[in-house]
Amino acid sequence: MREFLRTRGSGKLADNFFSAAMATCASSVLAIVIFIGVILVLRSQLSLHAFGWKFFVQSSWDPVSGQFGALPFIYGTLVTSFLALLMAVPLALGVAIFLTELCPNFLRAPISFLTELLAAIPSVVYGLWAFFVLVPLVRDQLGPFLVKYLGWTGFFDGPNFGVGMLPASIILAIMILPIISSLTREVMMAVPINQREAMLALGATRWEMIRTGVIRNARIGIVGAVILGLGRALGETIAVTMVIGNHPDIAKSLFAPGYTLASAIANQFSEATGDLYLSALIEVGLALFLVTIVVNAIARLLVWAVTRGAPARVH
Amino acid sequence: MATQPIPAQHIPRQPDSRTRVNRVFRQGIDHLVTGLAILATVLVLIPLAAILIYLLYKGFSSLNLAFFTKIPAPVGETGGGMANAIVGSGAILALASLIGIPIGIAAGVYLAEFGQGKTFGTLIRFTADVLNGVPSIVMGIAAYSLIVAHQKHFSGFAGGIALAIMMVPTISRTTEEMLATVPHSIREAAYGLGIPKWRVVLSVSLRTASTGIITGCMLAFARVAGETAPLLFTALGNQFWSLNLNEPMAALPLQIYVYALSPYDDWHRLAWAGALVLIVMIMVSVTLVRIFAHRGTLKGGQ
Amino acid sequence: MGVDIRVENLNAWYGSNHTLQDINLHMPANHATALIGPSGCGKSTFVRCLNRMHETNPSARATGVVKMGDLDVYKDASPVEIRRRIGMVFQRPNPFPTMSIYDNVASGLKLNGFRNKKVLDEVVERSLIQSALWDEVKDDLKKKSGASLSGGQQQRLCIARALAVDPEVLLMDEPASALDPVSTSKIEDLIFQLKSQYTIVIVTHNMQQAARVAENTGFFLNGKMVEFDSTHKIFTNPSDKRTEDYITGRFG
Repeated sequence: MREFLRTRGSGKLADNFFSAAMATCASSVLAIVIFIGVILVLRSQLSLHAFGWKFFVQSSWDPVSGQFGALPFIYGTLVTSFLALLMAVPLALGVAIFLTELCPNFLRAPISFLTELLAAIPSVVYGLWAFFVLVPLVRDQLGPFLVKYLGWTGFFDGPNFGVGMLPASIILAIMILPIISSLTREVMMAVPINQREAMLALGATRWEMIRTGVIRNARIGIVGAVILGLGRALGETIAVTMVIGNHPDIAKSLFAPGYTLASAIANQFSEATGDLYLSALIEVGLALFLVTIVVNAIARLLVWAVTRGAPARVH
Repeated sequence: MATQPIPAQHIPRQPDSRTRVNRVFRQGIDHLVTGLAILATVLVLIPLAAILIYLLYKGFSSLNLAFFTKIPAPVGETGGGMANAIVGSGAILALASLIGIPIGIAAGVYLAEFGQGKTFGTLIRFTADVLNGVPSIVMGIAAYSLIVAHQKHFSGFAGGIALAIMMVPTISRTTEEMLATVPHSIREAAYGLGIPKWRVVLSVSLRTASTGIITGCMLAFARVAGETAPLLFTALGNQFWSLNLNEPMAALPLQIYVYALSPYDDWHRLAWAGALVLIVMIMVSVTLVRIFAHRGTLKGGQ
Repeated sequence: MGVDIRVENLNAWYGSNHTLQDINLHMPANHATALIGPSGCGKSTFVRCLNRMHETNPSARATGVVKMGDLDVYKDASPVEIRRRIGMVFQRPNPFPTMSIYDNVASGLKLNGFRNKKVLDEVVERSLIQSALWDEVKDDLKKKSGASLSGGQQQRLCIARALAVDPEVLLMDEPASALDPVSTSKIEDLIFQLKSQYTIVIVTHNMQQAARVAENTGFFLNGKMVEFDSTHKIFTNPSDKRTEDYITGRFG
């Protein structure tokens, strides 16, 4: 036995080969990002040269006349994302608080499982439901209700065909809710238990304990979770395309059809005639790529700051 | 004089009624917030229930054998199914998995076993996390520009590549996470026996974490199985039987998308059925993952 | 069958921590040498320097000479080759959880490329007999996982695993400290029997254990080796006052 083992080499060659192979695969992650960036820049050269920065501030998107201004897309993206956050964040926070602090033990696993299920539903199924159920709901019930009570704000003027910014924002809110909620739960659970105990020992009510002992400590991470949800909302494509109406307009009314950066690409890419049209759409894609990278980077840094580098759960 | 007792001080206290009101007020807020939190949870679960119930209701009636065996009927005719989309999805997903899973696992192995504490490792880890947040349509455009534009035709192959690019960052992070649960003492035992590092990683670390790693792959698989956007301008979709990866190929989410937006009632019906099938597949995977994940962490020794 | 170990001017650092200072030692072949001392005195680090296990920690560094027989442990072979000739048993039993008992014992051979089934069967049986575990597991060799045994059995499994590669030296880092008294005494009996075939170095917190199994004992304190002599002398008439203080329980 000793002789056999003595004949085995040190394995150094295999070790070096193996670690090099693993490192190569790891660098593929880096390569993917760089590759996407490079190819998007390359392919949008035409449009970049033609319009320069004005591309992002011009509001007319007219393929027929060759005018490509992406402002309507930016507007639509910002409005739907902001509205979605407005609706989703309080709900997500409420669910997170409920699940981490208030929920009876036997309910915790099933309910958190259900919220995970929400995250697993594919975009196209959300879009399908939104198109056939949410849109008629907005057109027939929700719309008139909003006009009646909030019509004075001017956000609900104009004809209501069911599709538009409003249903897009609602379905977006439903879609980003699970990610904000589960990440908030994670950062809340990362707050050490002695913080909670200290508050309770001072005679705080449960809510006061949560507010000052937990949320206050985790607020950086919660902001990160919200920004991550924002990142998801900015890039959501299919469900939004199915209900937003796909019209490059900037209107105050939430009933008006609109466009987001992502839905513009999805809707027009296959019909893009001419190199300039295609290049303009790819430039929109480049903008989307850069924006989501920056937003996600900020969000991850914030979450990491609170959970101290524990491996991030993948969403 | 030092031995004189100190008289008890009269410590002023808040008048009793004010303390009581204050306490009731604070308790009231506490109850209110509790109620709001419960309300929020209920409000969140309502759309989930609504979607699932509606799917079941609308989709179940359209599910029959024909759905799983026939290709779409010509416009105007009833009947037909989504067999080609199911098979097509399978082919594209198989290609994506064949490329994405090995590279993803290898990247995860690097992060967990070789990249600890190194700046390169931190960079990769961060990049993978950020990449996970990039919209899938961007991946689609990238794959289009790389493959479709050069080949001058759409293909299931391009779709597979687009999905593979999505799987790599996801799987690398879950693999790293699972490898981190392998106790260091196990690795030490292997090193102590004179086993070279590459063998330790393969036969000890990976083997011990294998359950968790597999569930991570299943999660990534379920996630890309439902993706539509990356396939829009790569695989394009196909109304007929398509098994040639070098040609446009049908895929289930893609087909649902196209049918939902079409003006034909029959196609709407098929879209619902397809959505139900897709959701069931994904739900089953997610549930399995939950079951296995618990078993995995219990065994892995945490 | 064992070899002797000579250590000259061994110094070790963990980061900027000078954990071992100028250790000089000679451990004779086919003898058991015990290393005692209070927590954190460097005895575990010392043992790890013998088979270069400290190199798995990137911040660890060692200088000096360690010779196993004629072999210079640091200059003449790679860490992997050295570790095949020196077996190690750790403080907490660490059998491979996903492998059967058989595979655990055979792992040192299988994972180094050895394939012959018949020989493997023999080696596994021999090692398990040597570690006094054979009778308890011989029916479940391939059915039970290594982690399903009790603590004492797991540690004996780890000993069997270390013996299967037929090392010349056996290093044991507090092998019984995580075990109950019955298992502990079984392991001590084992060490007593194995002495005749291997050179054994055993780190222990338990002075009575050192007295029971080892011919020679070294006393470590704050990274230095204070005294090294026959066990009998150390425990009845130590030369250094610090040794005497430790033995009599004034500290540690």
